Amino acid sequence: MLKPKRISVFTGHYGSGKTEVSVNYAIWLRETMKKDVALIDMDIVNPFFRSSDAADMLAAHGVRLIASVFAGSAVENPSLPPEINSVFDDGECFAVFDVGGGDDGAVPLGRYRSRFCAEDYDMFFVLNERRPMTHSADGAIEEFYDLERASGLKYTGIINNTHLKGLTTARNILDGYSLAEEVSKRCGLPICFSSGTPDVLEGLPDGFTGERFPLKLRVT
Amino acid sequence: MAEKFLMKGNEAVAEAAIRSGCRYFFGYPITPQTELAAYMAKNMPKRGGVFLQAESEIAAINMVYGAAGAGARAMTGSSSPGISLKQEGISYIAGADLPCVIVNMARGGPGLGSIQGSQADYFQATKGGGHGDYHMLVFAPNSVQELVDMTARAFDKADEYRMPAMILGDGMLGQMMEPVEFFEPTEPDALPKKEWATDGTGMKRKKNIINSLYLESEILERLNIERYERYKRICEKEPLFEEINTEDAEIIIAAYGMSARIAASAADALRSEGVRVGIIRPITLWPFPSEIFARRAAYVKAFLCVEMSMGQMVEDVRLAVEGKCPVYFYGRTGGMTVEPDAVYKEVKRILELKTAGGI
Repeated sequence: MLKPKRISVFTGHYGSGKTEVSVNYAIWLRETMKKDVALIDMDIVNPFFRSSDAADMLAAHGVRLIASVFAGSAVENPSLPPEINSVFDDGECFAVFDVGGGDDGAVPLGRYRSRFCAEDYDMFFVLNERRPMTHSADGAIEEFYDLERASGLKYTGIINNTHLKGLTTARNILDGYSLAEEVSKRCGLPICFSSGTPDVLEGLPDGFTGERFPLKLRVT
Repeated sequence: MAEKFLMKGNEAVAEAAIRSGCRYFFGYPITPQTELAAYMAKNMPKRGGVFLQAESEIAAINMVYGAAGAGARAMTGSSSPGISLKQEGISYIAGADLPCVIVNMARGGPGLGSIQGSQADYFQATKGGGHGDYHMLVFAPNSVQELVDMTARAFDKADEYRMPAMILGDGMLGQMMEPVEFFEPTEPDALPKKEWATDGTGMKRKKNIINSLYLESEILERLNIERYERYKRICEKEPLFEEINTEDAEIIIAAYGMSARIAASAADALRSEGVRVGIIRPITLWPFPSEIFARRAAYVKAFLCVEMSMGQMVEDVRLAVEGKCPVYFYGRTGGMTVEPDAVYKEVKRILELKTAGGI
């Protein structure tokens, strides 16, 4: 069973699936914890494909979206909305941070380092074994430490979100799990869950004991 | 079958270039192309290559000029306003008969324009852009996989014909992620030797000279005529296109790149209603696949050219069709995307005109 902390941060390489996982995780939190949930679109690197694209879906599920006023407007402005501070000030709500891709994307986390460190947070390394840069354990570990360095924060767990978009198979998730195990061994952190669309997760063999997190809703 | 990886269009071009033996990338970041430069920055040093963020687009294209002159496979990439800046260098490279690959992940223009995908750089890519009598090979893929395949082809054909080649995508294609397969990498040393390159005489041969300045007009004219004889061979041998359902078509949609994917959705909907619609998708924009349009014009009622521009390729379609049937145009501009429903309606509208004797 997942034991969510009040603050969870999703980071990883471009295409690891951070946004897909963050949006589903925020909605899952809202449904299971019965508390206020905020999703923070913290992508200042790429103006395309971000959690703000899911604004209507999030609103329909009662999740508050915090995003730059420029998000989705086709104006590139790497600004952070002051409203982000509210999730630290309000000690009750759950907050999900969807961070931009790569080490450049992780840089703005440093702005809130003291606030993250003031409480017990989760920061996840979202891993997609089908991305060339994180295909090998060496590549994934390099990315892992680059992101930690850029964010100024320490990871607490790994998420296996291996996928090939619509062509994903259970085999891909199993390969991703093997890679996540190797990364887990080398960095000493647990694999929190393997995520995928419900139909793909159903195809996993009975012997697969890892935690599963279904991505019921599609953002992109 | 090769393994499939998930890649962004921009990254896929970069990986395909490295696997084609390109070890020199000179660029300057611009949305929506930046991931190409970012991928090169991370990977070139690991693969024995050079990534250099130049001080400007103009510097970058002239670095490509130098590397190409020395016989290396070199690439630069940008998006529309940055490609405009490179035009002087492109003309020099064409004038010096050098191979290289230039990537344009085009965005809305003119001017600084917008950052959303656009196809308004067709004229610039196919009709010169820079000054003088020259052409570039222009490849216009419509998927991340085709970006990979055409990048490899662009390097090969640029070398074969000693001329610059362009990959003309758009912001959407550069940003989208799709599963792709890669070909086995080629090491630069395994590529055919370029006898004309300025890579050192070793005191064993005469000097090679890379130049585009010819003050004697007779010589410049002769060189231009020779180049155009090469272009003529290219126009005969190298046009690439895809045809869908044209055998029985009464109307054919002409579209390339992302517009062709959108047009294909509209065509599927129309076919399911029994409308006999086909698609011709040029994959090379120069050389333009004129011949297939001329052949199909013999029996279709009309063409509809669909572009994310105010209408540029439509002129080449009209030239190819030579007035045998009407060529209509539908487009969106400024970074706006053509929608399948609008194409569907436009086809219906044209066919109704025809039934009413209106064409």
